[in-house]
Amino acid sequence: MSVTTITTLGTYRNDSPYPFCPGCGHKSILDHLNEALVELQVDPMKTVIVTDIGCAGLSDQYFATSAFHGLHGRSITYATGIKLAQPDLTVIVVMGDGGTGIGGTHLLNAARRNIGVTVLVFNNFNYGMTGGQHSATTPEGAVTTTTPGGNPERPLDICGSVGVNGAGFVWRGTSFDGDLTQRICEAITSNSFALLDIWELCTAYFVKSNQFTRRALESTLETLGFQTGVLYRDGRQEYSRALRETARGPDSVPVGPTPIEQKWSASLERPFMIELAGSAGGRVRSAARIGALAAIQSGLYAAQRDDYPVTVKTGHSLAKLLLADRPIDYAGSDRPDVLVVLTADGLAKVRSRAVGLSGDSIILTVPEFADIESGAEVQVVDPSSLSDRFPKADLGLLALAVVVRRTGVFPIDALRAAAAEGPFGESNAAAVEAGIQLASL
Amino acid sequence: MRELTDGSTAIVRGAVDAGCDFFAGYPITPASQILTAMSREMPRVGGVAIQGEDEISSIGMCIGATMAGARAMTATSGPGISLYSENIGMAIIGEVPLVIIDVQRLGPSTGGATTAAQGDVQFVRWGTGGGYPIIALAPSSVPECYTLTMKAFDLAERFRCPVFVLTDKELNLTATTVDINAYERIPVRPRARIAPGESAGTPYAYHPPDAVGPIATYGDEAPVRFTGSTHDERAFITKDPQTVGALNEHLVAKIENHQDEIDMVVADIDPGASTALLSYGITAGSMREAVRIARAGGRPVSALTIQSLWPVPERAILALLQNHGRVVVGELNHGQYRREVERLAAKGTEVVGVHRNDGTLITPQDFLEVLS
Repeated sequence: MSVTTITTLGTYRNDSPYPFCPGCGHKSILDHLNEALVELQVDPMKTVIVTDIGCAGLSDQYFATSAFHGLHGRSITYATGIKLAQPDLTVIVVMGDGGTGIGGTHLLNAARRNIGVTVLVFNNFNYGMTGGQHSATTPEGAVTTTTPGGNPERPLDICGSVGVNGAGFVWRGTSFDGDLTQRICEAITSNSFALLDIWELCTAYFVKSNQFTRRALESTLETLGFQTGVLYRDGRQEYSRALRETARGPDSVPVGPTPIEQKWSASLERPFMIELAGSAGGRVRSAARIGALAAIQSGLYAAQRDDYPVTVKTGHSLAKLLLADRPIDYAGSDRPDVLVVLTADGLAKVRSRAVGLSGDSIILTVPEFADIESGAEVQVVDPSSLSDRFPKADLGLLALAVVVRRTGVFPIDALRAAAAEGPFGESNAAAVEAGIQLASL
Repeated sequence: MRELTDGSTAIVRGAVDAGCDFFAGYPITPASQILTAMSREMPRVGGVAIQGEDEISSIGMCIGATMAGARAMTATSGPGISLYSENIGMAIIGEVPLVIIDVQRLGPSTGGATTAAQGDVQFVRWGTGGGYPIIALAPSSVPECYTLTMKAFDLAERFRCPVFVLTDKELNLTATTVDINAYERIPVRPRARIAPGESAGTPYAYHPPDAVGPIATYGDEAPVRFTGSTHDERAFITKDPQTVGALNEHLVAKIENHQDEIDMVVADIDPGASTALLSYGITAGSMREAVRIARAGGRPVSALTIQSLWPVPERAILALLQNHGRVVVGELNHGQYRREVERLAAKGTEVVGVHRNDGTLITPQDFLEVLS
């Protein structure tokens, strides 16, 4: 038979004495944290205390659990990473009001996500470690070393901020509250983003500068109208598990190589570049992509460089399609062999380069831009002369078909086949046929 | 068989094949394609991808996740590296294996989001307080994006430090034709984790100075401490000069004493050449094209592609300097790596820079003009 021995841990503290000033609230809060851990009997191997900078940031060193001591105000980011990687760990953040201020965005976003970490804010209204400067929670009128005439800033309502933004458990009180151990237990077992805003005394600075006392803590809460006790509870799903359940999209396909079979052949003595200059919405880049695939199916190497404004759905859209009979090391050239000008937006972007092109380059364009200024040979095609009307979105591919047909850079059948693949296969194939027809007009 | 793909895709594949199972990043041109692809890929392989609220949280989450056993990567561009800065230092002192992709764009500041540059070369080396070393790799082609991303993960595990992969807008976003056989899949070492009972409670080792200890992971058999402060081998904060001195000596020695495990260059040497070209990243592609044209025209020239920018592969550069009277360094900045070559050059060797800072690429012709 097997015997199971249950060992009860009497403390989660190690042997080191706390380093805090006499009367500092940190010691008291950490004792409550220790009592909570003892009561919950959490596995010290599965518990991580995450701290950042400030006197409260020293806290992790006095516990026999795992610990992470990071950068000022960023403890919630590390805690989030730890919890995301191992959702079964108990993750407890100890941070001060300083870290709360500088890392405010992390606090709000962690609450919004409801990541399952417990945050203990050691809130003593000033920066103890750096000399008593004011913090985001310093009450109005309070004297600190950076507000010698009294603080003119409104203090941050930490609980209200995380509460309205989705935290699973929110409590406010003081380090003197008799139920603090129980509240820490509740927070840890809530399996949600749980925050305790624990008001306390900094005897080194804030108490001295403001004749601050335990009674003053309570009266300040009253003056500000800040409620105490459990302020918010939200039972929605914890984030590290929710993310794992929802992250996978329905069309998740691996990014592994998608080989292109060679079905035709083409040869080039030197690299050949076709540039399409059109507008957003004209499927210029899609047309170049089809051209690239067709070229590769013809045994060539292709590279495609696009240029478009950050606003994506408006303005110009350029696509440079470089073709060669060997691997392409340099695709940066701005001198196309064939420049296709489709729209005014496109023309505006390439006008200066068009001027510089010489007679061995071709500009293919529509009647509207027939007077384009360039040293290149200008060829004008008129899609309106076709019996069918084509939407603007098809003009890029249509023009590319004209270019391929006239230059023979690779077999037109390769373009036909590549165009027929994919979601717009039917209309793309029609655009290529129209281009072939136009090429011989 | 060939395919049409880009550097972003190759980086994501390299990460997946290297066993990456955690990604956190914030959208930024031209690195966003990595974020979106990793958001798709990570759940598929049982990993986690998250879009942080900013760059600071993204790298912070990566560091936390790594200490909880994940193999993490993040990706950004120059402005994002600025926000990573403080946490890069923490990953250095906390000895966190972490892969950081920097898809460079034209700076300074917001600069040109959609224009190529190589302006972060010195920045990634010196981008955090203290001046301690990192490793940086620079692929110059799409297949190299794949292989060097895998290599970055391997080096991160080997040296327990941040490893940068420097690319740029053109390399990441230009779709190009790649022979599928060109992707070299390399082994990536598993994490050296502290075994139960062994070295429990000492997450760091720095005796002898170049020793790299196994990594203690949260949730394993012993409590684990991690700190961004100067610490002893048990990760307790200390200011003891002897201990702190040993720690900081270790952070340097573990990398500098083992450069032979990091150095990666491609040397294309013509014994008859008096001029050598030297470049890296996207500009090395232009350099290769220039070499092809020069040789076709009967002009002898050598070329050195630097794949491991940091630490500087000094042995290879010194050999190049010794055998050529003139070394031409081409890069998309004001001469950041040229400084490294110049400091190695003996008197009598000429070091020439070819630079562009206008968002366009250095052309093969730019190199050829310096050759003639």
